[in-house]
Amino acid sequence: MVKLISIAAASFAFMATTALAGGHCAADKTLTEGKFTIATGNPAYYPWVMDDAPESGQGFEAAVAYAVANEMGFVAADVVWVRSSFDEAIQPGVKNFDVNMQQYSITAERDQVVDFSVPYYTAPMAVLVGAGATDTAATLEALKGLKWGAVGSTTAVQKIANTVKPTNDPLLYGDNADVNAAISANQIDAAMFDLPTALFLSAVMIEGSKVIGQFPSAESDNADQFGMLMEEGNSLKACVDEALTTITENGVLASIEAKWLQNTTGVPLIK
Amino acid sequence: MNNTKAAGQTRREKYEQHQRRRSMLIAATSTVLVLAALMIFVPMAPGWEKVQKSFFNAAVLTKTFPKLLDAFLVNVMIFVWSAPAIAILGLFIALARNAKSPALFPLRIFGATFTDVFRGVPVILTVYLIGFGIPGLGLPRPWNSPFIWGSLALVLTYSAYVAEIFRSGIDSVHPSQRSAALSLGLTELQVLRDVVLPQAIRNVVPSQMNMLIALQKDVSLLSFIGPVEIFRQAGVFKSLFANFTPYVGAAIIFLIVTIPATRYADYLMARQMRERR
Repeated sequence: MVKLISIAAASFAFMATTALAGGHCAADKTLTEGKFTIATGNPAYYPWVMDDAPESGQGFEAAVAYAVANEMGFVAADVVWVRSSFDEAIQPGVKNFDVNMQQYSITAERDQVVDFSVPYYTAPMAVLVGAGATDTAATLEALKGLKWGAVGSTTAVQKIANTVKPTNDPLLYGDNADVNAAISANQIDAAMFDLPTALFLSAVMIEGSKVIGQFPSAESDNADQFGMLMEEGNSLKACVDEALTTITENGVLASIEAKWLQNTTGVPLIK
Repeated sequence: MNNTKAAGQTRREKYEQHQRRRSMLIAATSTVLVLAALMIFVPMAPGWEKVQKSFFNAAVLTKTFPKLLDAFLVNVMIFVWSAPAIAILGLFIALARNAKSPALFPLRIFGATFTDVFRGVPVILTVYLIGFGIPGLGLPRPWNSPFIWGSLALVLTYSAYVAEIFRSGIDSVHPSQRSAALSLGLTELQVLRDVVLPQAIRNVVPSQMNMLIALQKDVSLLSFIGPVEIFRQAGVFKSLFANFTPYVGAAIIFLIVTIPATRYADYLMARQMRERR
């Protein structure tokens, strides 16, 4: 054992970087030896990352990132943050991150091109309506008649098409800010987001708007689960999965969720 | 002309034919070599397989192509109602800038300001400002539709360019024609309508064709404010499949339309050059 450790120590010294706990599964597998590089959105939004500053560890995803890093044997100082767009995350070729965390829903189609960790959050989809439609009932029947909008790159598009089946074609946008603008301009009545994002937009960004309901997250076609995205075939996946499983089982993940996403209860289910 | 001369080729003609064959042979060989090199060496690149899977994925293409074609109809629709509006407004702005009467000086200022502003601002900014801004003033539906205001943004921007082209066409008609027509007793309006504009417009048709082709592509910018046209639809598929092939599909559809249009514009341009000579 002593010999093993000394060999490991020697090899780390050879690479002249911050040493990990010897023999940990992440050794030799990260982009920069001894560092754990995590990508987030640009900008990163509340409640996932507070104040667009993931380094603070404030916000749900930032906190999960540090918990996972800690479980994998990295101290907080060894976590490096980079920014990436969705397209950068899925483009072929070398990535500039070990894992990418920005509410990526795990889907079978995406999984063919990139790797996902086990899920760290199961997000129910929720309906955000503008000031003119706040008295809409939380039933599929009532939702059908609304003019819908969503961010085109999210799984909300499929949710609208497959579950709500609105009478009018939805309008699709590039990001949350544009959906907000469309709601404010009364061009759309309702938009589909994951619940925490919907609650944030309603509370802070769009005056008079309201989250009128959430879809039960157990619905089979709708278990919108967020996973950490990695390059296809990344050998780090096993370590990340192991770390996530550990913090799920020991309750750390649940307590992070309780801290940052506690207000998600209390939104009625859509019937 | 050939039939008026004695049978057989002259030495000069034989030589020229030989040269022509030679250069065609060289052109064919070099084309084949370049294509072969591309086909052999590109797949040898280490990332080729991944690139092929992400950008040229036949399974994804066949799955998404029909829906992309559907979405392209939205582009066509926006194009069809924007283009005539651009032609009319563009001509009006051109005439405003060329107004000769001192009383119409404000019109000239308006024309100049209009072209300065809308040529100077990137299309996408105009689309955002007008597409979200004006409906934000509180218009009732359906008058706040992004289709209406997005199209207006395109019309404003493109008429600024089109007006400048019309103006160059008007300037290309020699002033002596105007003087001659006036001396024949035609009114200013008649001169403009029957003498200047018919020639001016014909002169700038090839340039305006290029504007049509550019407009056809820029219609996609409306996707930023909501309409699900081909670019947005391709983006949705891109996210769904985590694959860029739908964008390649969209590019193919654009090319099917723009290549014949470009060739036609080239043909018109060449014909005009011949006529002028």
